[in-house]
Amino acid sequence: MPIDILSVKDLHFHYNSVDVLNNISFSVHAGDYIGLVGPNGSGKTTLIRIILGLLKPGSGYVTLFGEDSSIFSGWGRIGYLPQKVSAMNPRFPATVGEVVAMGLLSCKRFPKYMNRSDRNAVDMALDLLDIKDLKKRPIGELSGGQQQRTLVARAIVNDPEFLILDEPTSALDPETRERFFMLLKKINDEKRVTIIIVTHDIGTIGRYTSKLLYIDKRIIFYGNFENFCESSEITQFFGEHAQHIICHRHDPITLERTGINGTE
Amino acid sequence: MELNDFLGYGFVQRALIAGSLIAILCSTLGVFLVLRRLSLIGDGLAHATFGSVALALLLKTSPLYISLPLVMACSLGILRLTERAGIYGDAAIGIVSSLGIAGGILLSSIAGGFNVDLFSFLFGSILSISQTEVIISTGLSILVILVITLFYNELLSITFDEDSAKASGINTRFINTLFVLLTAVTVVLSMKVVGIMLISALMIFPAVTALQIAKSFKAVMIIALCSAIISVVSGIILSFFLDLPTGATIVMINFTLFISGFIYRRTMITRQ
Repeated sequence: MPIDILSVKDLHFHYNSVDVLNNISFSVHAGDYIGLVGPNGSGKTTLIRIILGLLKPGSGYVTLFGEDSSIFSGWGRIGYLPQKVSAMNPRFPATVGEVVAMGLLSCKRFPKYMNRSDRNAVDMALDLLDIKDLKKRPIGELSGGQQQRTLVARAIVNDPEFLILDEPTSALDPETRERFFMLLKKINDEKRVTIIIVTHDIGTIGRYTSKLLYIDKRIIFYGNFENFCESSEITQFFGEHAQHIICHRHDPITLERTGINGTE
Repeated sequence: MELNDFLGYGFVQRALIAGSLIAILCSTLGVFLVLRRLSLIGDGLAHATFGSVALALLLKTSPLYISLPLVMACSLGILRLTERAGIYGDAAIGIVSSLGIAGGILLSSIAGGFNVDLFSFLFGSILSISQTEVIISTGLSILVILVITLFYNELLSITFDEDSAKASGINTRFINTLFVLLTAVTVVLSMKVVGIMLISALMIFPAVTALQIAKSFKAVMIIALCSAIISVVSGIILSFFLDLPTGATIVMINFTLFISGFIYRRTMITRQ
């Protein structure tokens, strides 16, 4: 029986006695491409931070590659793009090449020095994101979209088996966003990389992901997009009209009006 | 007196060796401190050093032996206050800083008031550094430089984004502890060079000067290091020939370098 890439069981998390996550249980299998969706304050980023060991769960447990996350050590198998590109210090003096190379530290033993194969890996990641010409540019001098692509390159430079992306398309223009989703699909199809992507772009993400995980402090829905469209729970949650709009992928402005398309 | 004659003196050679090593320490750690917005930790620990020097003078022992463990404990105190008491970093630095000053004043009052020795630590006296102090400073400096070299990439990663560093398996708690301990050792070693009152200048100026000019992190480290060594060496020489206080001269040279870096940057931006 194959080991789950990620397994979350009976997870609860509260902050100052306010429930943030309640009774969350789900599993992610190798090759899954999951869109994690939910309204503002639904706990999406908190869930990601617990999975990555940045927050301790109140109760319940998380296993990564079959190992409890509190003792998990294979961080080199995971690539992570945090949500806060906009909070990044705009005066940070590192070049794009230096930032992307940071993504390789998880696979290295002490002392963590870079060698020639690391430099090649950095070049390949930059190539994949089409930003090789920016390698020597300070990250603070780049546009929001270029910074975002640099951080994505950092997340994939270690050739991860499991990629976690927290709102990676927030700073991208529609054309770059489309190309980015296609790139993720390619990584998922060709390299069998398991992906969780936090997004509020539910209409677009449905076209690419194999599963949707909709949470609002608890799991509202977990399954594929077709089931999402037929789910009676979802009909109850959104109402028939909103469900129809999502499933027929009407324009994002309409989705926003339904109130299910917010950012966290 | 000619420069050659001046450089031939043992006390000048000792000052230049110890000063240059401390310049390397302050500038490299300073880059990380400034980028992590912890610039004032140097100031806070310097004030704690004041208290520990007063205690050493009261106990009639070498300040280095008392200050090192005490200031290291204070640096851990700042870290734990931030982590466990939910206090912001700057407030934690403020607590340790004022405690250090208050302790120093109380102890010197018990000892019968301020004396010349305490003033020499407040404003620095690099030209009076002893052979033993040079040996201890050299040993500790090499240790600190070695640790920074070994953990350079971890420090860079945590400085850029602590969450991502943690998610990539870096033991951020260990690195942060190591980092504040190195800062404490550096502050204690620096008190002879520029004096307790001006230590944070030696940590902040080279870093902010380098940030004006450099286009990569490696370049920031190299420029900060060069600017710190230039300021300390030229400060020692200039202060001797012009009969000025060494610590204050070093700080003024650092300020001049910063202004030059600032003008260079503005000029480059205008040209673009």
